[in-house]
Order: sequence, then C-alpha cells, then structure tokens
Amino acid sequence: MRPQLNPGARDLAQGGLYLLKRLISLFLTVLAAVYLTVLVANMGGKLDEIRLVQIRATIAEQLRQDEGFKNLPAEARQQRLEQQAQHEVDRLGLDRPFVLRSIEYTRQALVLDLGRAEALASDKGSRNVADILAERLGPTLLLFGTSSVVVFIASLWIALWLSRRYGSHWDRLFTILAPTSATPSWLVGIVLIVLFAFAVPVAPSGGMVTIPPPPAWTMAYALSLASHIVLPALAIVLSSLFLSVYAWRTLFLLNADSEPVELARAMGLPERLIERQYVLRPALPPVLTNFALMLSSMWMGSILLEQVFEWPGIGSLLFQAMGQHDTPVIIAAVVIYANFQSITLFVLEVAYALLDPRIRLSGSVTTGGARA
Amino acid sequence: MSLRHIRYYPSALLGSLVILGLIGVALHTLMTMPYATAVAAWRVGDPMLPINARPVWWGWLSGQDLPATIRVSGATNPTEALREGIRRASVELPFAYASSTQPSEIKLFIEETAGKREILFTLTGKRPDGREVDLGQRRIRGQAIVRLDPEALMLASGNGEELKALSGQYALTLDALCFDAAELSANLVVYGQVHGWAGTDHRRRDLGLALRWGTVVALGFGLIAALVSSIGTLTIAATGVWLGGVVDAAIQRLTEVAMIMPVIPVLMLIGTLYTSSLWGLLPIVILFGWFSSELKSHRAMLLPMRDAPYIQSAVCYGASHARIVLRYLVPRTLPILIPSLITSIPAFVFLEASLSYLGLGDPSMPTWGKVLADAQSQSALFNDQAYWVIEPVALLMLSGIGFALIGHSLDRVLNPRLRSY
Repeated sequence: MRPQLNPGARDLAQGGLYLLKRLISLFLTVLAAVYLTVLVANMGGKLDEIRLVQIRATIAEQLRQDEGFKNLPAEARQQRLEQQAQHEVDRLGLDRPFVLRSIEYTRQALVLDLGRAEALASDKGSRNVADILAERLGPTLLLFGTSSVVVFIASLWIALWLSRRYGSHWDRLFTILAPTSATPSWLVGIVLIVLFAFAVPVAPSGGMVTIPPPPAWTMAYALSLASHIVLPALAIVLSSLFLSVYAWRTLFLLNADSEPVELARAMGLPERLIERQYVLRPALPPVLTNFALMLSSMWMGSILLEQVFEWPGIGSLLFQAMGQHDTPVIIAAVVIYANFQSITLFVLEVAYALLDPRIRLSGSVTTGGARA
Repeated sequence: MSLRHIRYYPSALLGSLVILGLIGVALHTLMTMPYATAVAAWRVGDPMLPINARPVWWGWLSGQDLPATIRVSGATNPTEALREGIRRASVELPFAYASSTQPSEIKLFIEETAGKREILFTLTGKRPDGREVDLGQRRIRGQAIVRLDPEALMLASGNGEELKALSGQYALTLDALCFDAAELSANLVVYGQVHGWAGTDHRRRDLGLALRWGTVVALGFGLIAALVSSIGTLTIAATGVWLGGVVDAAIQRLTEVAMIMPVIPVLMLIGTLYTSSLWGLLPIVILFGWFSSELKSHRAMLLPMRDAPYIQSAVCYGASHARIVLRYLVPRTLPILIPSLITSIPAFVFLEASLSYLGLGDPSMPTWGKVLADAQSQSALFNDQAYWVIEPVALLMLSGIGFALIGHSLDRVLNPRLRSY
C-alpha cells in the first residue's frame, strides 16, 4: 500500500500538479499565438524572402573564404552560389509546403533565433535580432515593473482605506475620477510632459538618463535614472489608478457587507483582523484577475508611452522597426510581448493556487464571476 | 432600477453634454466639408496660410500682440504709354497694420496675363512714418511669387533686441514697365502669426480642418468598431455556451490565444507587410475585440442560463439553435452590454489615435492621431508650439472621458451588483 502523505505535502503536490498543467496549457497557447503570427507574417512570403536572403548572405561569406572560389569565372561563381543555396534550402526543408515551413519558423521565433535584423542594429553594433532585443529588455522591465508594483500597492492600500469610508469626500472623488482611466498612459504622458517638462520645467522631457550618462552603477547614475523615470511611471500609474481603486473598493465593500464579516464584528474581533481575513482575503482573487487584465492594456499603452518619452525600451524599438520595415524585429517583439502576457497570467495562476485552496483541489473555482 | 435613474448622476449628464457636442461638431463637419475636399486640402495645404501660425486664443492668453494675415489685391492695365510701345503701369496696394509684432512672411503673388514679353517692375514701400523703402526690381513673365523681407519694410527702430514692427498705414507700390499689352494683377499677402482657432502646421495646413475631420473619423471608427465588437462578442459567447462541446472549447482556446497575442505589435506587423489603411486594419481590430476577456465574462454569465426552464421548453417546441441563441440567450445580457459598449468606444477611439500616431492608417486622412504624430516629428513642444500638441490631446481626452462618464454611470444604474455602490 502506498504510504499516505500528510495533508501539507498532499496539498503541495496537488497544487504543483495543477500549476504544471496550467504551465503546459499556457505554453501551448503561446505556441499557437506565435504560429498564428508566423502564418500571418508569411502569407505574403515575407519570412521566406528574409530567410533566403540570410542564407545567401551566409553562403557568400563562406565562399569568400574559399581560396579556389576566387579563381573561378563570374558565371561559375554564381552557379556555385546557387547550388550551395539550394543545398541549404533542402537541408532546412524550406521548400516544403507552407504549413510545414511555418512550423520551422515558429520554432525559431519561440527561441528568438530570428537571425539578423533587416535594417536595425543594437547599440553595440550587433545585427542579431536577439541581441537587439536583449539590450532593450532591461529598460522596459524596469519602467513597467516599477509602475505596476506602485499601481498595485497604491490601489490596494487606497481601496482598502476607502472601503472603510464609504460615502466620504474621498470616496466620492475617486468614484468621479474613475472614468478618467479610459485615457491611455501615453496620452497622460504627453499631458505630463507639457505640464512638468515645459510649462513648469521640473522634470526631464525624455530619455532614460542624462546625456552624456554618468558612469554606470554610481549614485549619480541612479539619481539620473530616478529623475527620468518619474514622469513615465507617473503617467502609467495615473492612467490606471482611479479605475482600479474604484473597482477594488467596490469588491471590498461587497465583502464588507457579507455575513461572515457581520458575525465577526458581532463576536468583537479587532477591526484590523476582520479587514485582513474577511474582507481582503476573499476579495483577492477577483482583485488579482482585475489587475492581470489591467496589466495587458498597460503593456500595450507602454509601447506608445516609451515612444513619447524616448525611453529606450522594446516599445520604441518597435517604432523604429516599423519605420524601417524591419520584419524580424517586429515578429520578435510580438513573441516577447506574448511571453510577457503569459508570464503575467502564470503568476496570476500561482497566486490563485496559493490563495484559493479550492483551485488546488478541484482544478476550478465553482463560483462564476471571478474566473471564467 | 431603470434608465430614468441616470439623471441622478451628474457625471453622466456632463458626459452626455460633451459627447453631444462632439457629435454636433462631427455632423456639422460632414455637412459643410465633403471628404474629398478635406483630403485634398490636407494633402497640399493652402499657400495663402502662414507656416506654423498660432491659434488666435494663444495670442490672447500670452498677452502678445500677434497679427493675423492681411490680404490686399490690386489689378491694373497699363495706361501710360511712354515711347515705342513701352507702357507703364502702377498698382497701389495699401494695408493697415495694427500690430507691433513682425509678420512671419510677406509675399507678393503677381500674375501677368495677355502679354507675351517680360515685364520689369520696381517695388516701393511707404511706411507710416513717411519713409519710403526701395524693395528692389524684378523681371517676370507670367506668374511669379516675390518674397519681401518684413524687416526691411516694417522695422520700428534700428537697434534693440526686440524687432518691433511699426504699426500704421502702409502702401506698397508696384511700378511696372511692359513691352506690350499686358494685364497685371497683384496679390499681397502679409502672413500673420496667428490663424483661426487652431493654428496651422509646418505645411500651411489649417489644423482646425484636421481636428474637425478627426472628430468624424474618431467617432465613426469608435462607434462602428464598438458596436460590431460588442454584439459579435455576445453572439459568439452565446453560441459557444449553447452549442457546448467542441465549439465551446474551440472558442475558448481561440479567445485565450487572442488574449495572449499583443494587439498593437500584430497590427504593426500587418501594417508593415500588407495594408496600413485604417479600414483594412479594422477587421483585425474587430477580431481581437470579439475574442477578448469580455467573451469569457459573457460566457460565465450565460452558462447558468443553459438549464433555465424557458430554454428547456424552447427545445421542446423545436426551436432551432439560432433561434435559441438569438432570441433567448442574447437579450438576457443586453442590460450588461449597453454600459460595456459605451465604455469600449473610447478604447477604439484611442486605438485609432494610437495607430495614426504609429504611422499606420491612411496618410492623407486627417485624424487627431496624425496631428499628434506631426507635432511629435516637428518637435512642437521644443519650438514653443504647445498648442499643436494640446489641441488633439484635449479633444482625445474629452471624447474618451465623455464616453467613459456615461458608461460608468450606466454601469452603476444597470449592473445589479454595483447598484448600491
């Protein structure tokens, strides 16, 4: 007979199994999304063109090294080039039907092995798409990470605070201001630039650090970075804050009227404990779902925001790529953003699994509404 | 709670006023300026308009004394015959200049018809203080545009940092010598520093034109996309819920894939490779709108309705799938649909602005996003042209917040869960 696991370990095992299933499911979704992107990109044959050009360029490089090659007449050289190119195409299976070709491109896109960019180059001079993107990843994550953390903590704190003050001036203020979150972050960013970089010049109008940048990893660099991140981060925060405060405070209020809370109050439990255990805790799953959905629209808004503030992230890279019709970079950016979204969703799943034991046990929440 | 209770929400009334105002502007624009005219004017610009002129209210607000454009025209036939077929003609172009700020440019558009030979003319300017300024001699045949230096004609004093203009009555005299019969007409344009309520851009285009047509495009795009998107989402969700099984699973997986795919980069990809026209991208935008998180929440709402008694009795009397979906399931969620439809309109308006800002969309179509994109590329903020940025941004925010206010209040009125809060 199998030894019985203690409840804690069993919980962990089931939770782990559930998360593994969700991880696989998410991976499959990303796979499908990238495959669709590749299909769309290659319907006009664009990816094939790019690949052929790259193959020819590589072969031309190789042949140039070959001593014997240089002595051949022009026609023979051309023939040799074509032969080699055809060999490569056969080897890589690039003359197979459209659907199979797309699988190969999807595999490449997933690992970001997209070869060389058509027109762009990284700051260090590399034409490799993966290098170009790697360089821009840091600033994007820095800006986005900082702002989402600030939005989450600020909204949670203010929403809790407001739920205790239903009907007060502050409550009404946030309710009235909630629709302002319809504005995307980049528009708020433009308004902030006009106000705080031009009308009352207290903040820099763009860029990530002053030019020329102070030496890296010094206090001066950190200060410069901090002064440049204020406006864009503020734009992101302001564009999402009021609506999330309103939505979460409503969720908390819904819970605050429920029976367990009334019973707890009647029992004389301290208010803080009630708030944490009976109001915040049950409301966290829908709050997190709401936050995760908000994050996806924040991601899209941040693409234009980076352009508005000339922040050297993936968003402004996309802009340049579009201006120069650089398809591999755009595809790589699509893959990266798809991965960002799925990572966000996965973190949400982990949080769900931690917060709601029903999910770990049954693999689904029986009440509708929060998850669908 | 019924729709009548919306009047208790002042924010909704404010939002409605704003939106009605914008719709009024859009309708007025549609009636007074046909699309073809607007596109033609936007593509070329008007040579009679100043470059980068500020709006009239900018002058008022900053207290500066900024002049508007003055146009004077005159024509003459050569009268005085001098000798051997040479005739002399004179055109006088008087104008009153009221401001103390220099005009941005002065141009003389001369057209000489009926003659076949060159004419030679001398330009003299007479200033309010009596001094006469020689503005040079030129020869032209046919049409010509003569640029004059504002400072040469209108400078108030010789030194000093501020180049003020002398205000008063000016007169420009054109003394022409023609060698045969000629008809001379001259148009003097003293380009001002301000124009209209919106200003002009770097290509002499009236910004007001783009802002007004932008209203039409924004509202049109937003309304159509939001309507098609909302109704489509609802119908697809209801179909999935009703038919269940493979269809439902397929719709759910498709929705998950669409939620993971980033909308704007995909649109950029399609814009780069295929079509970058706004109407060409609209189907993709709508597809993303259909398979969104809203579909999942509609589905969650509709799932319990599958086993409702009235649906079961519909099955009993032999109702078709289509009838059950369209007649029974869809109308149940309409109260929730209306606020979410109105709230999704600003999302599409801003999406259109984002796409125009990115460079997608028809380059000849005047939209708010295009004006913003031009302002950005011309570094408007660094050139003290903040109005170029403020005007489209203000309109965008007005439209977005207007719809959001109405949608927010409708949500509170119609959504039973939020009712008491």
